[in-house]
Amino acid sequence: MDFLKLPILGLVVLAAAYAADQGNDLAFRIHGLLIMLIAAGLFIWELRRMGDARAPVDTSGYMDDVIRAGVIATAFWGVAGFLVGVFIAFQLAFPQLNFDWGQPFTNFGRLRPLHTSAVIFAFGGNALIATSFYVVQRTSRVRLWGGNLSWFVFWGYQIFIVLAATGYLLGATQSKEYAEPEWYVDIWLTIVWVAYLLVFLGTIMVRKEKHIYVANWFFLSFIVTVAMLHVVNNLAIPVSIWGSKSVQVFAGVQDAMTQWWYGHNAVGFFLTAGFLGMMYYFVPKQAGRPVYSYRLSIIHFWALIFLYIWAGPHHLHYTALPDWASTLGMVFSVILWMPSWGGMINGLMTLNGAWDKIRTDPIIRMFVISLAFYGMSTFEGPMMSIRAVNSLSHYTDWTIGHVHSGALGWNGMIVFACIYFLTPKLWGRDKMYSMAAINWHFWLATIGIVLYAASMWVTGIMEGLMWREVDDQGFLVNSFADTVSAKFPMYVVRGCGGILYLTGALLMCWNMYKTIRGHAPVTQPVSQITTPV
Amino acid sequence: MAEPRLDEATGQTTTGHSYDGIEELNTPLPRWWLWTFYLTIIWGIGYTIAYPAWPLISGATEGVLGYSTRAQVADDIAAHEAANAELVSQLVSADLSTLAPGDDLHRYAVARGGAVFRAQCSQCHGAGAQGAKGYPNLLDNDWLWGGTLEEIAYSVRHGIRNDTDENAHYSEMPAFGDILEASEIEALADFIPTLATGGGSEPGATLYADNCAACHGEAGKGDPVGGAPNLADAIWLYGDDRASLIETITNARFGVMPAWGQRLAEADVRAVSTYVHALGGGE
Repeated sequence: MDFLKLPILGLVVLAAAYAADQGNDLAFRIHGLLIMLIAAGLFIWELRRMGDARAPVDTSGYMDDVIRAGVIATAFWGVAGFLVGVFIAFQLAFPQLNFDWGQPFTNFGRLRPLHTSAVIFAFGGNALIATSFYVVQRTSRVRLWGGNLSWFVFWGYQIFIVLAATGYLLGATQSKEYAEPEWYVDIWLTIVWVAYLLVFLGTIMVRKEKHIYVANWFFLSFIVTVAMLHVVNNLAIPVSIWGSKSVQVFAGVQDAMTQWWYGHNAVGFFLTAGFLGMMYYFVPKQAGRPVYSYRLSIIHFWALIFLYIWAGPHHLHYTALPDWASTLGMVFSVILWMPSWGGMINGLMTLNGAWDKIRTDPIIRMFVISLAFYGMSTFEGPMMSIRAVNSLSHYTDWTIGHVHSGALGWNGMIVFACIYFLTPKLWGRDKMYSMAAINWHFWLATIGIVLYAASMWVTGIMEGLMWREVDDQGFLVNSFADTVSAKFPMYVVRGCGGILYLTGALLMCWNMYKTIRGHAPVTQPVSQITTPV
Repeated sequence: MAEPRLDEATGQTTTGHSYDGIEELNTPLPRWWLWTFYLTIIWGIGYTIAYPAWPLISGATEGVLGYSTRAQVADDIAAHEAANAELVSQLVSADLSTLAPGDDLHRYAVARGGAVFRAQCSQCHGAGAQGAKGYPNLLDNDWLWGGTLEEIAYSVRHGIRNDTDENAHYSEMPAFGDILEASEIEALADFIPTLATGGGSEPGATLYADNCAACHGEAGKGDPVGGAPNLADAIWLYGDDRASLIETITNARFGVMPAWGQRLAEADVRAVSTYVHALGGGE
């Protein structure tokens, strides 16, 4: 097996070197160089350890090394993604921050997808992979299936992130929301994702529990559906095998519909179903209470995954999309309201009998606010999908506020809470280094989200009203530039909200570092204090 | 698998499952949740009967209300058109030069033209029509192609140097970088600002007379018939500093504008021309 690795890695080095030399565009050539360096490094590493006697891996316990790496990657990419987010928020307020000297790389147009992909796929994706590996092992009572395949998933996913992010900066993009990476990055992600599915499914297959726990239903539906969405939405024909540009197989409104079928379900399955998987394990665990209702979890699971997949057309109201498709998208979105809330009810009501922990346990408080934001955005979403509401909200900052109350509130907060749960467990500490810092993180993030969401509601509704404002003879009152300048103060408020949120995440990283390094603070017993301080 | 047990805090029994210590309660579905879910489904069925919804072999169900988003927009526009029909027909047939400020028709044209301007023209000429480098200011009384209402309307209708309208204004200054020496271009750049102030010296004066005066005039006053800018005033579309002048003379400029007669209704062309004329700079 090892003898096979060397020639394969050697061939990859050669092919990548050729791509770096002959590539048709900058992104492709730099990616060639990057892959060449990675493959060459692996080649040398493999070569040097060939023939060494290797200690057998202890496979008796859970496979947690890869999860430890995943938790650190989650925190790292989270901070990177929030940082870019804060920067582009201020770019909108102060366009000089696009920097003439940095064009085209520092342009808002290139940094924005870097931000969305960094937070959704790098931060959220790493959190999902790490928590799903953690949860599936414990709720199946077996070690991860597939040996080092889970390490391939982890590192393969990081390579995907780096290729995607550098590609955006260098100008390689399909211009499809949340699906910007070009064809070769898509193919790589497909390989990694199939490996992820194999590890997860393999672990479930060899499980020692009779039933499959609800968290794993959600994780599995997320992995399977994202695979389908990713493959279909990225069907494209490369212009050249030595260049990054490709042409989509769908055109016109079919392309738009496929894109938003994908885009909406990236939210539905990546950011909702997968994260509900997290919720179903970590909330009852942290609360120490049984899940509120087994029946509700079954009904809302099947209703959610059946309904979500049809909701995409609500992104295309009042466009070239036929009215019938737009109506169906809206109707399915509204019916989706209760199935979405099923997850919130099951999470919140699990605290029955442990409500006092909201007061005493900042981690529980994070889970609770996360579920509250989940409930809020899954009400706001169906409401905004209603055609009449959408005619006001579409294309405005209200949409941006909506996704961020979901992303910062629901996804961000639950990941932070999971990290605070996992870090001491994975590194064998009693608890996080500083509970006070968690509390600070909670308030910084919460106030940050409130500033963000409130400013975007105000400016979104304002600009929607300004765009549609006509005088009594039917003439438009405002020019587009008027609406842009009117939004300035709210843009500054939004940026400040982002700074608070980023600060909270940095505090978390410090707390993680201190916990992992194991410097537990020494608490002096009260009785030993003899003189007033 | 653990045995189902009674959970003291909630009074519910568990299912007997236990995953890594996590149990599940047998709580029934919350009634309000279930009934709201049913209600949204019933509403959804009703809505898809009322509105276009279900795809068929060719086409889709149209819905009993006969609603369509396109018809809705068309109705909105038609309602305003109907309300303004009288004024629109007057505007389309009027001799623009006879419109007097204060008339109902003039007021209507300016209101309508302002809306057109904000939607279509402000991207280049600025929300306040103040212009920018390369995009003329429409508030002053310096006009490349003439500033009477008819002349403005002609420029709007046919545009400038476009390929879509054969009647578009068209003129082209040569790129003198191919014709003159660099030193001669520099001499011209030194001479041209003196057209306004006087005191120009050789060799710029001779170079100007030989190469530029045919279009821009002996005194540099320009010529609206050929779109030649006035070089003797303080208004400069591309800048009057030495570097900008050298660039302009060397490479020439080629400002373009679409033919709005092909994109807007006749009433809109007339209205936006009236609006621009009324901004203060019209002749």
